[in-house]
Parts: sequence; structure tokens; C-alpha cells
Amino acid sequence: MNKHIILKGTLLDEQTELSLNDLCCACSRSAEWIIELVEEGALEPVEQQPMAQLQSQWRFTADSLKRARTAMRLQRDLKINMAGIALALNLLEEIETLDERLRRYELTDED
Amino acid sequence: MDFKDYYEIIGVTKDASQTDIKRAYKKLARKYHPDVSKEAKAEERFKELGEAYEVLKDPEKRAAYDQLGENWKAGQDFNPPPNWDAGFEFNGGGFTGGDDADYSDFFESLFGRDFGSAGRGGQHHRAYNARGEDHHAKVMIDIEDAYNGASRSITLQSPELDNTGHVINKQRTLNVKIPKGVKQGQRIRLSGQGSAGMGGAPAGDLYLVIEFTPHSMYRVEGHDVYLDLPLSPWEAALGATVKVPTPGGTVDLKIAQDTPGGRKLRLKARGIPAKTPGDFYVTTQITLPPADNDKAQALYKEMQQELSYNPRSALGV
Repeated sequence: MNKHIILKGTLLDEQTELSLNDLCCACSRSAEWIIELVEEGALEPVEQQPMAQLQSQWRFTADSLKRARTAMRLQRDLKINMAGIALALNLLEEIETLDERLRRYELTDED
Repeated sequence: MDFKDYYEIIGVTKDASQTDIKRAYKKLARKYHPDVSKEAKAEERFKELGEAYEVLKDPEKRAAYDQLGENWKAGQDFNPPPNWDAGFEFNGGGFTGGDDADYSDFFESLFGRDFGSAGRGGQHHRAYNARGEDHHAKVMIDIEDAYNGASRSITLQSPELDNTGHVINKQRTLNVKIPKGVKQGQRIRLSGQGSAGMGGAPAGDLYLVIEFTPHSMYRVEGHDVYLDLPLSPWEAALGATVKVPTPGGTVDLKIAQDTPGGRKLRLKARGIPAKTPGDFYVTTQITLPPADNDKAQALYKEMQQELSYNPRSALGV
């Protein structure tokens, strides 16, 4: 139908900020669910002026979206609770960092 | 269609108790969960597991499957006998599966294909407004596409309800621009390309997750790109200017005299272009010309005689 139209989306790079509502919709979860993740320390809103304590003004990085989606799948598929999710997310991130370091070591010699 | 041995998939025997099945499933589910596992076929295995557990956790379905499965082996060509499910209560519903209508043909031929909607609708429609659902899809691109930008045609299947309330998989094709400078795992958001909203509410968004197809030469890490560069012994020893392929085009690279194998050389800003462009790393790899003819052998022998070189001197031998 729209064969010839080329859609141009927004690239969610390091500078992109997402709202609480964006995260809710992207995970098909309620705002309370995201807030719970934040309270558990699994997600962190971007630091803003002290006046932005309001949850409706929270902003998240694109990386938070990735974490929230993973959290959603872990809860759905493995029935992990919030504390477990927060722990799993941190451990997964640590494994990723270690993997990267390992690859770098395997690549480098003296420099 | 192949017969699937659900017991084999979960790794239990046919006389396993429900508790055993649950325990074995949970263990494997944690192992093969696509967010956790690094194994290449994790996603496939995880889906297979989910399907097997869907059947075996339910005593009714398990009994029906057992009756059917006696004479079958995994992988055998399979068609369900007529009325195979007569007398069992699950017929026509009662599914509790996740939100993917991603069960195998084998499963669907036995237990039907309509249930996907039940799981899906049930879980997601406790939404707080009638905005359309967001969709997520993976898009595979080549490394070169991240250098130059590209457009990709993406075919999406979204389950929708038809007039009779049945789920049909609707296909639509979108042409999407992949901007220059994307990274592995980054997302592109297409506003309004998700499910349609209800009652005049806006449509959901479509998120595309970028994944690079593995390349035979390059490895990508963030915006940085890595290449193993083979050198001949004389290029490494004498120094040389050699041609190096990069996804952005061939460049000339100066190799210093006495460059060892495994040396990492950086070509600044030749990685994936972005606000802060990535770097291109070359790891040198010295390859040995084969001594498979008289001339080559004579040359090696000459080196042996003329160069007093002990590669193991650091080992003290």
C-alpha cells in the first residue's frame, strides 16, 4: 500500500529522553509498575533539577527502555519478583561489561 | 510436520511427576531465557520449552498427548489422527500461554491456534487508556548500512480480530530509513505505527531494535569496528604500506618495521560514523607462507642459517 513511502523514525541514541508514559506504553505495563522498578533501583530517571521530583516529569534514557523491556520479559517468562529483577538486571549488565573487557584483553597485547 | 517429543525437550522421562516437570522446566527456562543466555539458539529453545511445558503442565493435555505420542519419535513426519482429542476437556480453549502466538505447527494442529489472542488480550488490556499497543520488532542490517545509512523493507505480522472475533495475522510492509551511525541494540521509534487506538485514541508506536548481521571480517562493539589483518612475515618485519578494507572503503595503512603479530592499530574515526565517530581497530596477524616447494624451502633454510634467531629465548631454552 505505502510501498513508496520511506518512513523516517527517531533514533533513540544517548541524547534521547523518554517519559514515564513512553516506558509504560513500550512495555505494556502500568505507570505503577515502572515506578516500582525505579523504587527498587532497577531503573533510574535522568538527574534533573530538584523541582522535577514529580513522577510525571521523570525522564529516562534509551538504555532504561532496554532494561524495562528485559524486566518485563523476565517477570512474564520466569515469574521473577521486583527485587529479583533488579538483581538480575545488574548481574546481566555486569556480565556484559566483563564480556567486553574479556574481548578487549583477547584482542590487545601490550598496548 | 514433525512430531515433537515434549518430554525430551524438557528433559524428563514419561513417568515424571508434575513437580519434576515443573522443576525441570524452570531450570531450563532460566538457562535458555533469551535475555540471559548467550547461546545462539536460546530463543528457539526457549520457545520450544514454553510449548512443551504448556502441554505437560496441564494433566488433561498431557494425557491426550501421551495417548497420541506412544508410537511417535521426535522428528517423524506427523499428522494428527482424526478425533484424536475426543474425550478431553481442553478442546477449544483454556490456554495460558505468553503473548506470542509462536507455537509450532505441531502444537497448533493439536491444540488449535486461536488461543494466542486470549493470552495477549487478557494481559495487555488492563491498560489504563485506549491508546494502541506499541509493537517491537528486530531489524537486521549490515555493518555497511550503519556507515552509509540505508532503507529497509520490514514485514510485520500483527494479530488482529476479524469480524467474527477470531484472530488473524495481518501482514503489512513498511519501508523504513535506517539512519547513518546506528549501534547494535539501538532502537528506532516510529510514532503511530503500532496498533490502532480505540475510541479515537492515538495509535501505538513501533520500535525497531537494530541488530547487525554477523560479518565474516568485521566485529562491532558500540561504534568501534574490529578487523584481523593478515600480514606476510616480510611486511611485518620490514614495514610496509598495505591496503585495509573498512566498511567505508579501502584505506592504506602504514605498518611499522618489526610489527609483531597481535599488535592493535587504531584508525581514528574510521568506525561507525556518529556525533562521536567510532574507531577502526586492526589486529595484526602474521601468516606463514607455506614451504611447499623447493624455492620456498631454500629461502627458509637460508633464513635459518643467516639469522641467529631463537623465538624461545624468553623461555630460557
